[in-house]
Amino acid sequence: MNPAVVEKLAAQFPESIRGTSEFRGDLTVTVKKEDIARVGAFLKSEAEYAFDMIIDVLGVDMYRPQDRFEVVYILYSLAHKSYLRLKVLVDEQDLTVPTVTTVWPGANWTERETYDMFGIVFTGHPDLRRFYMPEEFEYYPLRKDFPTMGIPDSLPLPRR
Amino acid sequence: MSARGAEEARKSKILAALEDQDTTVLMDDPLENEMVLNMGPQHPATHGVLRLLVRLDGETVLAAVPELGYLHRGYEKIAEASTYHEFIPHTDRLDYLSPISNNVAYVMAVEKLIGVDVPVRAQYIRVMVMEMSRIASHLVAVGSMAMDVGALTVLLWTFREREKILDIYDVLCGARFTTSYARIGGLQQDWDSRSSAMLERFLDEFARDLAEVENLLGTNRIFIDRCENVGYISREDAVALGLTGPILRAAGVPRDLRRDNPYLVYDKLDFRVITLTESDALARFYVRIAEMKESAKILRQALKALPDGPYRADEAKKVAPAKERIYTRMEELIQDFMIVNIGIDPPVGEIYQAVESSKGELGFYIVSDGTGHPWRMKIRTPSTNNLSALPLMLKGCMISDIVAVIGSVDPVMGEADK
Repeated sequence: MNPAVVEKLAAQFPESIRGTSEFRGDLTVTVKKEDIARVGAFLKSEAEYAFDMIIDVLGVDMYRPQDRFEVVYILYSLAHKSYLRLKVLVDEQDLTVPTVTTVWPGANWTERETYDMFGIVFTGHPDLRRFYMPEEFEYYPLRKDFPTMGIPDSLPLPRR
Repeated sequence: MSARGAEEARKSKILAALEDQDTTVLMDDPLENEMVLNMGPQHPATHGVLRLLVRLDGETVLAAVPELGYLHRGYEKIAEASTYHEFIPHTDRLDYLSPISNNVAYVMAVEKLIGVDVPVRAQYIRVMVMEMSRIASHLVAVGSMAMDVGALTVLLWTFREREKILDIYDVLCGARFTTSYARIGGLQQDWDSRSSAMLERFLDEFARDLAEVENLLGTNRIFIDRCENVGYISREDAVALGLTGPILRAAGVPRDLRRDNPYLVYDKLDFRVITLTESDALARFYVRIAEMKESAKILRQALKALPDGPYRADEAKKVAPAKERIYTRMEELIQDFMIVNIGIDPPVGEIYQAVESSKGELGFYIVSDGTGHPWRMKIRTPSTNNLSALPLMLKGCMISDIVAVIGSVDPVMGEADK
């Protein structure tokens, strides 16, 4: 995707877009989290962008006092054969992000995985359950304060 | 005693007998009831530990819910605790049917992050091993799908062919299954003439042997009846759900990262992207067969064009040196120690690199904080997204079609669960 197009997008949504960046040819657009579904719907429907596939939704724990978590959306346009990343910042005090399953149904499982691993709640998600971990598991394993070796007795054995 | 009373007595007697033996019984007509059936995670036709909850009306599937996580080993967490070099063997265990494509996909992501140019010879070798792994993986997909619908012979034939590829891996890198062949900036060992000879012999026989498989199944009435119009998913749904690989191409979307976003030397090679529009289990079977033929074509071209030169980049700060130099020279020993234990120093940033593996788009998203360990690594595996289409594909199917549909999706739980 051409960087100029992303600049145009930023001009289109001056209120919603907090910045753009480029690293090794990968473009990332940081979006205010309240507007993620609106920007996503625009990117999907406009022929100039046509990001009709969602490749992945993932969380990152940056472990910093402000905006501790990031949620990254990797989009792909079949028509333009190009990738774009959207990013929202999530503060620990308010771990909610509006769902994008209304725009891309393919985000269903990946948002569940992000919830499972980081505890980020996607409001409006049709079926927000644990994805890999059992339902009664109390922790969010990919957070940086969860030890790699695990927590003893955190996975209860099935009762007889 | 009235007739009704006798019937009641008979029922309670049966119930008592069954409860005695610790079994449960449904006395009502099962066809008038919805039944929830749990399939897996230890079911032989679910290709690993996939668990499927199915709501049935008689034999018709009303709804299906896949449950994942029975093979979740936390590779993304492990990656955060290991250096970039240390993580290579773990990638073997993702899609264990084509370990080399995972190796290459991972090191390509790291190379993009740290900025290493890989020698052309290494790129050609990578293309060859990735296409070999695509053939090996598709052979299992075709064979096990045929076995799931009742044709055992094909599985034996496809495994015979797969064995020849694993033998080439054995010569190439000393391991048949968990190869760990790719290295950051190059490869573990060079391609040699023995591998070339074995690959040529394999390619000579492969066209004939694949045609046998195709004829056996393609003209088999039972196989076609079991697979045709089963597991349909529309083109729109396939795109919306983010499906990739043969499933998406069988739905009529010509998306192949090898052509659309070329990596390595795929832009110099001539191959077709196979698409069909039927989007059922049979179409996926035919896409895989045709892709194997294209892979064989790529292998022949790459083998012919394989240039001379180094097989790993010569960059002391980023690429581990060759083994014989580590054993004989002081500087290289220190360099190897630093790269394995402390890690490469990448710039701060985040990248996403994807390849077209046998199942679809396999991508690595790496967030680097400038140290030798990834701060966060997300593995985008094709099987996870492809499995998310199962509820749609299975709706309205017969219960016996479930195994055919799972076989046609070809999930590998090692990568679906990470």
